[in-house]
Amino acid sequence: MIKKTSIRRFFADNVVVIIFLVLTAAATPVSGLSAGYIVQEILTRIGRNSFLVFSLILPVMAGMGLNFGMVLGAMAGEIGLIFAVDWNIIGVPGLIFANLVGLPIAIFLGWLCGEVLNRARGREMVTGFILGFFMDGIYQFVVLYLMGSVIPMRSAAITLSRGYGIRNTLNLDSVRQSLDDLLMVKLFGINLPIATYLIIILLCVFIIWFRKTKLGQDMRAIGQDQIVSNASGIPVARTRVIAIIISTILAMVGQIIFLQNMGNMATYNAHRQTGFFAVAAILVGGASVTKATIPNVFIGVVLLHLMYIVMPRAGAQLFGSAQIGEYFRDAFSYGAIALALVLHAWRKMRGVEIDRAGLRQGVASAAPLEAIEPIKEDTL
Amino acid sequence: MPNDTPLLSLEGISKDFYGNSVLADVSFSVGKGQIVGLVGENGAGKTTLMRILFGMPVIAETGGFGGSIKLDGQEVFFKSPFDALDAGIGMVHQEFSLIPGFSTTENIALNREAMKANFACDIFGDRMSVLDRVTMRGRAEKAIKRLGVKLDPDMLVSEMPVGHKQFTEIAREINRENVKLLVLDEPTAVLTESEAEILLKSLRHLADQGISIIFISHRLHEVTTLADSIVVLRDGLVVKDTPAKGVSVRDIASWMVGRSVEAKRTDRSGRDIGDEILVFDKLWVDMPGETVKDVNLSVRKGEILGIGGLAGQGKLGIPNGVMGLYPAGGSVRFKGKDVPLNDPRRALELGMAFVSEDRRGVGLLLDEPLDWNIGFTAMQIRGDYLRSYLGGLVKLRDEEALKKLSQEYIELLSIKCTGAKQRAKELSGGNQQKICLAKAFALKPTLLFVSEPTRGIDVGAKELVLQSLRHYNRDFGTTIVMVSSELEELRSICDRVAIVDEGSIAGILLPDADISDFGLLMAGEARKEAADAKA
Repeated sequence: MIKKTSIRRFFADNVVVIIFLVLTAAATPVSGLSAGYIVQEILTRIGRNSFLVFSLILPVMAGMGLNFGMVLGAMAGEIGLIFAVDWNIIGVPGLIFANLVGLPIAIFLGWLCGEVLNRARGREMVTGFILGFFMDGIYQFVVLYLMGSVIPMRSAAITLSRGYGIRNTLNLDSVRQSLDDLLMVKLFGINLPIATYLIIILLCVFIIWFRKTKLGQDMRAIGQDQIVSNASGIPVARTRVIAIIISTILAMVGQIIFLQNMGNMATYNAHRQTGFFAVAAILVGGASVTKATIPNVFIGVVLLHLMYIVMPRAGAQLFGSAQIGEYFRDAFSYGAIALALVLHAWRKMRGVEIDRAGLRQGVASAAPLEAIEPIKEDTL
Repeated sequence: MPNDTPLLSLEGISKDFYGNSVLADVSFSVGKGQIVGLVGENGAGKTTLMRILFGMPVIAETGGFGGSIKLDGQEVFFKSPFDALDAGIGMVHQEFSLIPGFSTTENIALNREAMKANFACDIFGDRMSVLDRVTMRGRAEKAIKRLGVKLDPDMLVSEMPVGHKQFTEIAREINRENVKLLVLDEPTAVLTESEAEILLKSLRHLADQGISIIFISHRLHEVTTLADSIVVLRDGLVVKDTPAKGVSVRDIASWMVGRSVEAKRTDRSGRDIGDEILVFDKLWVDMPGETVKDVNLSVRKGEILGIGGLAGQGKLGIPNGVMGLYPAGGSVRFKGKDVPLNDPRRALELGMAFVSEDRRGVGLLLDEPLDWNIGFTAMQIRGDYLRSYLGGLVKLRDEEALKKLSQEYIELLSIKCTGAKQRAKELSGGNQQKICLAKAFALKPTLLFVSEPTRGIDVGAKELVLQSLRHYNRDFGTTIVMVSSELEELRSICDRVAIVDEGSIAGILLPDADISDFGLLMAGEARKEAADAKA
């Protein structure tokens, strides 16, 4: 009996992960891709994407849900890269420069986003989502009109021929894969970007350490009960803003790592899907709106991207069209987000239902509590 | 000890909210290591008094208070609860304020964690220091030991039995180094009897270590066994401040509720009180804050039955559950037929009507005119005041009939308004209540639930509302179940009064029963003593 319910519970808690496991397990052999190719792709994509996904952990811990507002950080990172390319700073110094330019922008946008979310408590996710759209407009205004007219641009290669505004596609050759190539190790014919991995490991260590700090403890407390935290003197609003600022900064760094790996940047589109992909990844990895861990990030990135790799090929093999596979993978990623959100609401309702069960048989059913043993006087 | 300055003394505390006096000249003192039991009905002013003591912002926002608070002989002014905490006053609230996913230790140390500084603190401040879990655990164990109980410092709150949560909460308050005074608001309300006993023991243990305690409870026998002295508040006045020695539960009960109003049995002439019409069997209702756990009760045809009790014990849950407004279970039989629960429409169709305590939320369509308000439920449920066209395909409001109906009730209940087309939100509270009554009357119910009919309306209107209920019962033989916090009101109009305590019926009394009996039932005392009233 107990075993049966615990199996069912395990299934209910991990249903998103299980669905993705089954899907990719079925699609992988069909795709006909070699194991070596798949492993290489996955390892590359871990380096490329996981930093972005990590930026979601802190806001979840602080009870603010999945931070769709991380898109703001991605925009800050892109602005940093535009300047790095414009000033023609090459290689890793170029990436560091991009981070330095992006940092104050990310802090400002993070603060703004945090303040807005504090005014929309309980609706953080949808507010962050819409805030991303709004900021996209501002970003377009800055990059398309101000850059080259108000903000001086030096390189004619990246500005539009009309003299102001940045070109649709930005060639990142000057910094392309500079971080990945910094310490590239070839093992059994597979390329491992060790420097990128080291940075990701460093971030993991930071998150583990951060959880142990006073600020981390406060965030966990706030994530569970804002009223109680406030009553015990924890500055709730401020702490929530800090969580969002850190998340935005991490998203900025993550976007720079992502783009240096890609090697070019769709100036006006690169950030549009960032939030969606990161959220899909962490949910596929088994996280929920209220709980996200480091393993969730890695499992999610591996599973989601495994699907991205094999689905188009599987579609091509089965239906003669890669397009169908692409439709499938998009549908499943959106489906994962919807399913995870529905499951979260369902679990909440089930909690209320369980609490109510105590009432059903009247007073007598109030669960017998274990008595507290008093300690004898002399032991004190 | 008697010659020492008391730890805390309240002198002449008075407070009014917009001219409505809730505390008048309240004075008492608490000595070092002394336990004071503070007793009073809902609305007696206990909560306001504690808010003043804690410097809650709401007090200053509503014009401050009169009198003075002295701690160790020094007059103190608290601007916020944190000032009170710094001065060594700890408060344990009725609702748990614990973080569910944290362990006992983490909760006890909440926002007072022991910390180890590191390099990051120099740049980003103290909040970057790492928690010192060993020290935290040590302190938590010390606090638990001081309480004299056994608690697992590593257990998560969400997995704890209720009793452990209560102890964790108290341990958190005494974890402060300087704590001198603990205020406990209904600490035993959620505990089982054996747990409550252990709690009382450990409170005594704390008092022996020199911590003073203000103990607020409705469980009077706990107050008499634990407290050194007892302060009884009624209507904002200290009616009794006495050493606990020799005081009986019955004494306190009568001080608590005692008013010198003549209550007499209701006039039965010309009324026909018949057999059981409505029977509750093991009714439970999940209404937040007013949970009903196990109500067994029968209502006789033609009577006015009162349901009283302290706030939060579940009296409001009963009508709300039967009428399907909150999730409910168990069985309710009306005129021998089972009432389907969680289905407001069926309940209304069976001939029951409900005047809600939530006048503006549930009771009225605030932006609509009076005649619509009065006729609304009757239109929906009975199809009255509608005109059929095209063989019933189209139904339109019968404005004429509605107008007549509203005129009738406006006169009958003497509702003060400009006319049947005035909007409901423009009326005063008392007149709105009358509209709610008219709406229920228009249904011509066999049984009428009335919940808090006189809440928030002035004295004159109160009497009119009660009068109209009385007349409606007499003229139409309608059975009325009236739920009210005001015991006097129940005693003045009802044939029998049932008292609800902890979600079930503690006992049923006749209105002229001794006032202390009502007090005992409300305080959850002497359930067995409660004599079944014979109607």
